[in-house]
Amino acid sequence: MDFPWQGDTLFRRACFVSAGLISVLMFCIMLSLVMGAYPALAKFGLSFFTSTDWNPVTEEFGALNALYGTIVSSIIAVALALPVGLGVAIFLSELCPAAISKPLFIAIELLAAVPSIIYGMWGLFVFAPWFSDGFQIWASEHLSDVPVLGTIFTGPPMGVGLLTSGIILAFMILPILTSLIKEALSTVPKVLREATYGIGATQFEVIVKVLLPAIKGPIFGALILALGRALGETMAITFVIGGAQSIDASLFMPATSISASIANQFNEATGDMHISALIGLGLVLFMITFVVMGTARVMLRRKAQ
Amino acid sequence: MNNLLKGALFGCAIVCSTSAFADTVINGAGATFPYPVYAKWAEQYNKETGVKLNYQAIGSGGGIKQIIAKTVDFGASDAPLSKEELDKQGLVQFPAVMGSIVAVVNLPGVKAGELKLSGEVLADIYLGKVKSWDDKAIAALNEGVKLPKTPIYTVHRSDGSGTTYNFTDYLARVSGDWKEQIGVNKEVAWPKAANQLGGKGNAGVANFVKRTKGAIGYVEFAYAKTNDLAYTQLKNKEGQFVQPTMAAFQAAAANADWANAPGFKLILNDQPGADSWPMTAATFILMHKEQANATTAKDVLKFFEWSYANGDDLAAELEYIPMPDNVVNMVETMWHSDIKADGKAVY
Repeated sequence: MDFPWQGDTLFRRACFVSAGLISVLMFCIMLSLVMGAYPALAKFGLSFFTSTDWNPVTEEFGALNALYGTIVSSIIAVALALPVGLGVAIFLSELCPAAISKPLFIAIELLAAVPSIIYGMWGLFVFAPWFSDGFQIWASEHLSDVPVLGTIFTGPPMGVGLLTSGIILAFMILPILTSLIKEALSTVPKVLREATYGIGATQFEVIVKVLLPAIKGPIFGALILALGRALGETMAITFVIGGAQSIDASLFMPATSISASIANQFNEATGDMHISALIGLGLVLFMITFVVMGTARVMLRRKAQ
Repeated sequence: MNNLLKGALFGCAIVCSTSAFADTVINGAGATFPYPVYAKWAEQYNKETGVKLNYQAIGSGGGIKQIIAKTVDFGASDAPLSKEELDKQGLVQFPAVMGSIVAVVNLPGVKAGELKLSGEVLADIYLGKVKSWDDKAIAALNEGVKLPKTPIYTVHRSDGSGTTYNFTDYLARVSGDWKEQIGVNKEVAWPKAANQLGGKGNAGVANFVKRTKGAIGYVEFAYAKTNDLAYTQLKNKEGQFVQPTMAAFQAAAANADWANAPGFKLILNDQPGADSWPMTAATFILMHKEQANATTAKDVLKFFEWSYANGDDLAAELEYIPMPDNVVNMVETMWHSDIKADGKAVY
């Protein structure tokens, strides 16, 4: 039998179509977001990105509250998860015996399989009360006179808000961070470790002076991937962020994020401008994610050179 | 290959034959607030008649969109549409069942039904003008109740909801400041002067109130009851303090002037009557005036006819308030005169 197309050609074209499909899909999503957001963007112009008004009654909308909540909660999450993730990854790949390492690693991967609504419910019903009694009350009693900390850690001890969201997000991005760093550590050649031990370095020196510098790039990449997940996280945040359209210096205060605003309001939004503004929020999130991923690529390429 | 083809054909035949004998299914979508009672009615109705109701509780906004797009047989909305909006889309609207909203508080030592509030004070609390529980305005209504010097945390729904629509509507009726500064909607710009906090759903609000000392929130009565929250008394239009009871809700419903509400657009807040509970609201069904298929339309109307006639006890079990008989008569008259297929009355 003589097919006009050989298997190779067919395979190559199939791959090409798949790759093309992704680009088309991206473009279509972008296009529909822009079209949906157009009425709001046309009406409010640039002030849509800088205004803190969010009033469905008077149909005045600005994205800044949600933008602030999204970015701050994600940064808190990454800042909290990075040291823990590093510690876990180093422990798993360098310090603990293989017999424990395997099951521990599986346990961490399982954390990633927990649906995000479970994190939300757990955050609201278990973590928030505990956090309120255990930390927030203590903080408002002891830290109120300390500059900076006093401002960040004051407010009603309700257990929910920006800080709680950041902590719950940190739990959620820990698995991806840990497994990526562990993966990176395993790519460092064994010879490098042995050589360093050979010249009399301690275990601490091997890890801090040789291993970590060797995987700087991948750690950064892992951070960005984790940040991407944190930025878009919806259900868990909707439960614990407190749902208030405001910006506050205190991390104990309720706030909102882009995804939480959309999840909360889209179902019941009836005004055309309201819906358009919500789609506009979606567009903003899309752009942030795009910029974050783009910056990561550029920085990684620079590191590689 | 041949076997595979046969198998596929056989499978197709089975699918086709079962769908030919499928039960009658009514499709509806919309408000989440009445979902429990619609589900209960549908279950019982299915047992008696074999007709199935497929109701998707996707929210009022979605329900309105879907009925306009004609992807469902009926839509459901907590906030009624105005006569103009109905006419524009060629829709009719009728109330299905009512519910009531209560204010709930978390004040140590204050039991359910003990604290008295008026609409004005409730509005001032949510506006952030009354910020502490020992404020004169609250104390004046509550002689003999020991009120702590605790800051007030106002809890609202973080998700857009019919409950918020009815709550803000009540506040706008009793407070000029609320009407001017905040307004009425399913989601509003909550006053920043208050220590405000948003919970997702009735459960979220109930949870925050339960946990935060000094919190006040608003939830559907059924929620306050099942969660043992300390609801308050409210002062009604006649100046009487009433407890949230089924009798008080029914009094509000009975005193409402449905006959003079075009398109049944009536919000039951702040109704006259010495026994009326001031925060009561109906939830609505939307259908097209011009029906493409008379049988389907009739199936929908028959379901609601059955529910009006036989669903009262099921509704009351879930703390919903059945529609009074005179309103049901008005609704059924409207069905006959307004809903048509090929120019003929469906009902």
